[in-house]
Amino acid sequence: MTLTRERQAHEGPANPELERRARAQESWRGFFHALPAYVYLILFFALPLIIVFVFSFASRSSTGKPRLENWNLDGWATLTDPLVRTIAIRSFTMALLNTVLCLLIAYPFAYWIATRANKRTRTLLLIAVLIPFWSNFLVRTYAWRMLLDSDGYITQFGEFTGLWGRMLFTLPGVFIGLVYGYLPFMVLPLYAALERMDWSLVEAGRDLYASGTEAFRKITLPLSKPGIIAGSILVFIPSLGAYVTPDILGGAKTTLLGNLIVTQFGDARNWPAGSALSGTILVVMLVATLVYFRTGGRTV
Amino acid sequence: MADGAAAVSLHGVTKQFGEDVTAVDNVDLEIRDGEFFSLLGPSGCGKTTTLRMIAGLEFPTDGSVRIFDEEMGLRPPNKRPVNTVFQSYALFPHMNVYDNIAFGLRMKRVESDEVLSKVNEAIDLVRLEGMGKRRPNELSGGQQQRVALARALVNRPKVLLLDEPLGALDLKLRQAMQLELKDIQNEVGITFIYVTHDQEEALTMSDRVGVMNEGSLVQVGGSEEIYESPSDLFVAGFVGEMSFLAGEIAEPGTVRLSGGEVVRARTASAAGTKITLALRPEMVHLFDDRSEALAGRNAVDGSIARKIFQGDSMFYEVDIGASGSLDVHVENLPSMKRWEVGDVVVVDFHPEAALALPL
Repeated sequence: MTLTRERQAHEGPANPELERRARAQESWRGFFHALPAYVYLILFFALPLIIVFVFSFASRSSTGKPRLENWNLDGWATLTDPLVRTIAIRSFTMALLNTVLCLLIAYPFAYWIATRANKRTRTLLLIAVLIPFWSNFLVRTYAWRMLLDSDGYITQFGEFTGLWGRMLFTLPGVFIGLVYGYLPFMVLPLYAALERMDWSLVEAGRDLYASGTEAFRKITLPLSKPGIIAGSILVFIPSLGAYVTPDILGGAKTTLLGNLIVTQFGDARNWPAGSALSGTILVVMLVATLVYFRTGGRTV
Repeated sequence: MADGAAAVSLHGVTKQFGEDVTAVDNVDLEIRDGEFFSLLGPSGCGKTTTLRMIAGLEFPTDGSVRIFDEEMGLRPPNKRPVNTVFQSYALFPHMNVYDNIAFGLRMKRVESDEVLSKVNEAIDLVRLEGMGKRRPNELSGGQQQRVALARALVNRPKVLLLDEPLGALDLKLRQAMQLELKDIQNEVGITFIYVTHDQEEALTMSDRVGVMNEGSLVQVGGSEEIYESPSDLFVAGFVGEMSFLAGEIAEPGTVRLSGGEVVRARTASAAGTKITLALRPEMVHLFDDRSEALAGRNAVDGSIARKIFQGDSMFYEVDIGASGSLDVHVENLPSMKRWEVGDVVVVDFHPEAALALPL
């Protein structure tokens, strides 16, 4: 105890004024280092968002052209439409299911990579996870369309073994595409969390009478929680707005939040409604993420 | 064996990693019930691997590990009556001190009120009263060390394994913890197996010490035995300080040094055998000339080659001509004469202090 007290006494600033100035200088330097990032974020992130927000109050001409006059709340009023609610629930459910599926598949895989002793093996496996990003997402989704179609290899294999039929334009087909598309976003944060895990903690757990399963539940799982949270956010948010995969692999039979917004800006020519929808999703996601981090992100 | 039962016995225990790394090589060892036993050796000598095989965190490639006469075989760590204090403490960062200590009891499905009383007892034992709610990262190194100890001891294992538990602490704290560990061991009466590379630590704390080198157990014995009668050159050089002189046995009890001087020493080999003569620096005395040297002891002529002041003692390196050089520690007493570099001296030592070790 005396030791800590002594240390505190030593740490007190010798000259408060000098200390304050040094700190101020430090923070200015930090600001200049971050300046390019600030400029980028303001130009390509904050500004477009403000534009979207402004347009949500705009009025429309008889042909649907947005006009920056006669400001009104018509755009926001569309949110109360029961159809919007149905679509929102559908999108939310799909995103949630996709997140859970990704987590269930990615966790064992990330665990397996992280526990390879050889660093080269780990790197190669991670590169394998990232390779799909080298080609365009749309191209990859169309590739799945070919695989899942009547004469596709996956369909033929399923019919040969009698396990499944043609999955193109069905719900399983859509989820195959979604899981495929978002899996790397789950694998990478999980891997990062598991890779830096101190495995002697698991050994300590086993030494203290925990079975393999108990050690996983009480030690590995809670310690990889930051990875689970990060991965879930990275998968859930984009899959909430996903519409390319459901369109191409699901046959555009159901409307999701993504296509609803696209339609508002395109065919429906209702920019204010589209802007209000986008803004709402953004705020909901932001709040959800903050709450998630506040409650769960602090544990380690 | 005095009290019969062996707490841990290893027979022909060998551990290989991959094709060509033999971490532990055919180790036979019996550790008595209630004893404080240290495994001492340089890093990479296989002492930690040996400990991990007792804990069940590694399994031997060959040989058998028995704990209180029970063959352990491939039994997992959670089914063994031992607990470990890990080198890095391995405290669970997502649990507070109380939950860390309670972990083992809860895994053993002990009633919750019993957990409460036992954990509090353990917290008292390691003097961490009032710290139960803290997280490990809010504790000092010494406090973390105590939590790790309490977390293992609260389960009342038959054998406690400690893997360099004091390695991360600074010198003063380490010395205090050494005494405390010894007291705790006396209090709980559990067999301690203590792995360390610090020979002083091993000698201070242990009832017996096992010295390991390159996977083999080289010598097992009490602290004094290890220090005063090392069985080979490795133990002699690793434990404490030692000067070495080349020579050969002239006749039993007598050694001829490479420079031609004949001295009396403790020998075991036959005449003509090449040996290394080992001498502890504190066992050697310096005099101005032969008339002062004590009767019945060895006297060799030399000159001071180097002198270092070490606070409580003076260190001299004495050149004894073609035979080489000897290190000498002289305690700093007011009556002690001090020599300067270049002074001609007589080196004096008892025949019992000179150990002829096989090459």
